[in-house]
Amino acid sequence: MHNFWPALIRAPMSAKIGILIIAFNLLAAVFAPFIAPYGETQTVGAPWENGFWDASAPQHNPPTLLGTDHIGRDILTRLLYGARNTIGIALVTTFLAFAVGMSLGFLAATLRGWVDQVLSRSFEVIMAIPTLIFALMILSVLGTEIHVLIVVIALLDSTRVFRISRAIAMDVEIMEYVEVSKLRGEGLWWIIRREIMPNTLPPLVAEFGLRFCFVFLFIAALSFLGLGIQPPSADWGSMVRENAQGIAFGIVIPLIPAAAIAFLTVGVNLVVDWFLQLTSSIRPGR
Amino acid sequence: MDRLPTMIFKRLAFGVLTLVIISLIVFWGVEALPGDLAQTILGQAATEENTAALRAKLGLDQPAYVRYLDWLENVLTGNLGESLASGRPISELLSARLGNTFFLAGVSAVLAVPLALFLGVVSVLYRDRWVDKFISISTLSAISFPEFFIAYILILWFSVEYQIFPSFSRISPDMTLWSKLNAVALPALTLTLISVAHMMRLTRAAILNVISAPYIEMALLKGLSPWRIVVRHALPNALSPVINVIVMNLAFMIVGSVVIEVVFVYPGLGQLLVDAVSNRDVPVVQASVLIFASAYVSLNLLADVLSIVTNPKLRNPK
Amino acid sequence: MSEPLLSMTNFVAEGYQDGQWKRIVDAASFSLNKGEVLGLIGESGAGKSTLGIAAMGHVRAGCRIAGGSIIFDGIDLIKAPEKQLRELRGSRIAYVAQSAAASFNPAHTIMQQVVEAPVVHGVMDLKSAEIKAKDLFKILQLPKPETFGNRYPHQVSGGQLQRAMVAMAMACSPDLIIFDEPTTALDVTTQIEVLGAIRAAIQAYNSAALYITHDLAVVSQIADRIMVLRHGREVETGEARQIIQNPKEEYTRALVSVHHGTAPKLVGLEQTANILDLKNLSASYGVGVKVLDDVSISIPKGRTVALVGESGSGKSTVARVIAGLLLANQGEIVFDGQSLTQSYKDRPDDILRRIQMIYQMPDVALNPRMKIRDVIGRPLEFYFDMAADAKERRVSELLLQIGLSDKYLDRYPSELSGGEKQRICIARALAAEPDIIVCDEITSALDPLVAEGILKLLQNLQDNLKVSYLFITHDLATVKAISDEIVVMHRGRVVEQGTRAQVLSPPHHSYTKLLLSSVPEMSPDWLTGVLRDRAAGG
Repeated sequence: MHNFWPALIRAPMSAKIGILIIAFNLLAAVFAPFIAPYGETQTVGAPWENGFWDASAPQHNPPTLLGTDHIGRDILTRLLYGARNTIGIALVTTFLAFAVGMSLGFLAATLRGWVDQVLSRSFEVIMAIPTLIFALMILSVLGTEIHVLIVVIALLDSTRVFRISRAIAMDVEIMEYVEVSKLRGEGLWWIIRREIMPNTLPPLVAEFGLRFCFVFLFIAALSFLGLGIQPPSADWGSMVRENAQGIAFGIVIPLIPAAAIAFLTVGVNLVVDWFLQLTSSIRPGR
Repeated sequence: MDRLPTMIFKRLAFGVLTLVIISLIVFWGVEALPGDLAQTILGQAATEENTAALRAKLGLDQPAYVRYLDWLENVLTGNLGESLASGRPISELLSARLGNTFFLAGVSAVLAVPLALFLGVVSVLYRDRWVDKFISISTLSAISFPEFFIAYILILWFSVEYQIFPSFSRISPDMTLWSKLNAVALPALTLTLISVAHMMRLTRAAILNVISAPYIEMALLKGLSPWRIVVRHALPNALSPVINVIVMNLAFMIVGSVVIEVVFVYPGLGQLLVDAVSNRDVPVVQASVLIFASAYVSLNLLADVLSIVTNPKLRNPK
Repeated sequence: MSEPLLSMTNFVAEGYQDGQWKRIVDAASFSLNKGEVLGLIGESGAGKSTLGIAAMGHVRAGCRIAGGSIIFDGIDLIKAPEKQLRELRGSRIAYVAQSAAASFNPAHTIMQQVVEAPVVHGVMDLKSAEIKAKDLFKILQLPKPETFGNRYPHQVSGGQLQRAMVAMAMACSPDLIIFDEPTTALDVTTQIEVLGAIRAAIQAYNSAALYITHDLAVVSQIADRIMVLRHGREVETGEARQIIQNPKEEYTRALVSVHHGTAPKLVGLEQTANILDLKNLSASYGVGVKVLDDVSISIPKGRTVALVGESGSGKSTVARVIAGLLLANQGEIVFDGQSLTQSYKDRPDDILRRIQMIYQMPDVALNPRMKIRDVIGRPLEFYFDMAADAKERRVSELLLQIGLSDKYLDRYPSELSGGEKQRICIARALAAEPDIIVCDEITSALDPLVAEGILKLLQNLQDNLKVSYLFITHDLATVKAISDEIVVMHRGRVVEQGTRAQVLSPPHHSYTKLLLSSVPEMSPDWLTGVLRDRAAGG
């Protein structure tokens, strides 16, 4: 990406909005303890006090901008800490999934033969099982500790990363410039690093965005089902679950963390869409 | 010569193999429990003796492959064992709930499939104009939203604000079809919104792919009307991918109902599965996972076979 | 004279590219009378396809008409409503595309598609349309004309499908047919059949035609008049005979002279040792069909051996076996007196260095993410351990040698034209200081003038560096221009080999004769002559 900045300036409005959303969320996640008005598990007021939109809501100092949750904790504080947990865990999981999936995918594409056959066939079977169902089964056996959660989801998702990175690397591997390097006598590592990697990066970056969204929504769904990140740690999925009963009384509090989840995924998707359009013209091959 | 039957047979064989492997994984799930099933059942009350006795009763003293084959035989004959939590036969627990889940998926499919096809065709016809852009942005958002976000917004509007539909979808066999439909309205609507977004995007892509083919330009240059071009030249070729998209989404609906059933406290298979996972009621988890996975695999299989059968090039081999 | 059938005046079309509208056709004007054939000729990017398709009142997505008028039989095609255009298309103006395989709908039989236009336009009922279609199949010399139409497009050969598309275009006996490169994708021996069929059909129904191609020799067989286009502008228009024999413009002269080849090389060169000997090679992909069957080829030091054949002849397989990418089942490769291991993986770096390859598509032979500096620099660093400044000097030297300059050093391949990219590939091969370069169809993807430049460059390099070439091609004009020796391959076997003079002059092997006589010559009477000879010969 030797012309990234001009491309960014010329980017459509939607992509700029997406980038702003992502930056906003990352800042919130990193600086949560410094920005948050209260402590992560500190009780501030009564359950389900309304926020700024309701003038009759009880006043606190500092003010509870977004109201309080089902046991009277500050929603804004919980959201900020939740950003940390939810985004952090999703990022770690996605990175892990890419580390596993990409290395196996590149290996399968460059080595071919039985390595490729064995890996592809077994991953094909795993992918035939719906991820949520598979994850639920494994978690029922292994329990829902954070590290178990991360490893299980990362491994399940790595099958998808494997498939796409193998396909992309295959597309590049059959290019004649790779053949030229092989015929020159170059080693496997040099070929992967100089010829294959640079050409697979743009589509894989886009895929990273999509996989992150999937993992992020997946963890949120698990937490919402009570099988993900466990209390009292704040995370957006659990926040929705904890406050869910309020919705029947017209209390909008559970919508706030749900909206935060939607906000970030829309942001990432907007950037991915732009990135795909940007790189489709410089993709390798026909 | 006979490429078509061979391809279908290969696909079916792969499906059966997948199901066998799934059953192995599900069976292995219990094996991998820390301790074993007997200890898990007895929990705090476990002593050397009663654990050994329960082991013998459950057949845990047999080698793994014998137990697997026994278990598989039981499963195939409909004997799914008993729930650890309630002690009731699992097949009894499942039967009503399975029907409910299929009912929900069915209602959503009836709403979603025609809507998705319609939107897909509309966005192709008005490609790159505001209608297309609007549909594209809305579906992108619908895909980005977590299911429960959409569900709670619907509840807030239809249930709290206007009180048209109930927010809890209680359903029982003795209800009339009309009141059943009333009960599942909101979960079905949620499921519809999500799957329409997926289906519409894939339908649009499939049709666009066909529309850009040179034989469509040729049809245009033969002076055919747009209607004839779409019906006679685009549709027969778009059929295969579109059918694939639809059936795959039916599979998605059955699995995707898990979260939605929990939101609306709908007595379906998903709800049962989630409860069983929380209680670590492993036999129930096993049974529901097996059913979900089989339904998913079978529908994907069906999608593949249908898309092979409807592919014009494969239907008329050389 | 009466009103022309089609007249285009100051026609301007624009295409959307990199965020702005650019002209692809710039003020083109011509007119076409009833029953007349006009050839449109130009290199890629000349705007000839846009022009042809505009004659049906159509522009492709991403293009627009920016001015001028197109009048067909008194109807302005630019202003005419869609409904009126629809009535004209298929019935009075018909279209024949480059790729029949892509232009036939895979879901319907050939007959269903041929009779579609006449039935929809109400020209004929289904029954008479089918009878007409079978007549056309007969005129176009398709096998079993009675039942040919019952087959699906993917069930017949490429040449047959191309002729079926001509039948589809002629089903309504249109006044005008647009032919858009209808023989470009075909082998020469198939091209001549299709070309003959097209001409017979046009004459039988007295249709007017616009014949679009990049091949001047092909168009001169069919066209009454020829219009030469370049960069969207008209260069010159004239009678076919005048354009070929007495071109007025510099550019047209260049196009015509490409086909006359470069000056013949000195004959009677002294005998030299062979750099490469292929001995009785047989090879196959997977189990089953043999792609090489007992192939023996020798390449003398400092000479050019041209390996010629049509698609499926196995000529590219020879390159893959030499490179060590495909293992032969039998036979031996002898390089500079020593037997080579079959797989490139077992060859020492020095052997790899001395045998270099250049490919057909420079686009995929250059890493799009590597600067030219590194593309050419890497072999220097890899084989000769050159230090940074020595490498820099040598890369500049090589760039000069291939007719480019220092300013290309920091560019990426996407910033270069097709011809420049191919030159970079040549420089990369030269950087290894090889004894032999295997050139696999290296000029086929290039426009004729650019290709001619590449051939001249290769000849100069050989004169200076004494490198040997194995030049693989399907194009006999290229063979005549560059070869010292010629090997003809057909279906995996070598059917004839010898010096250029031996192979190109009679007596010929029957396949060589067919091949040679199928290459279009720059003479309007060539096709008539060849077809007459073949008919006489049986």
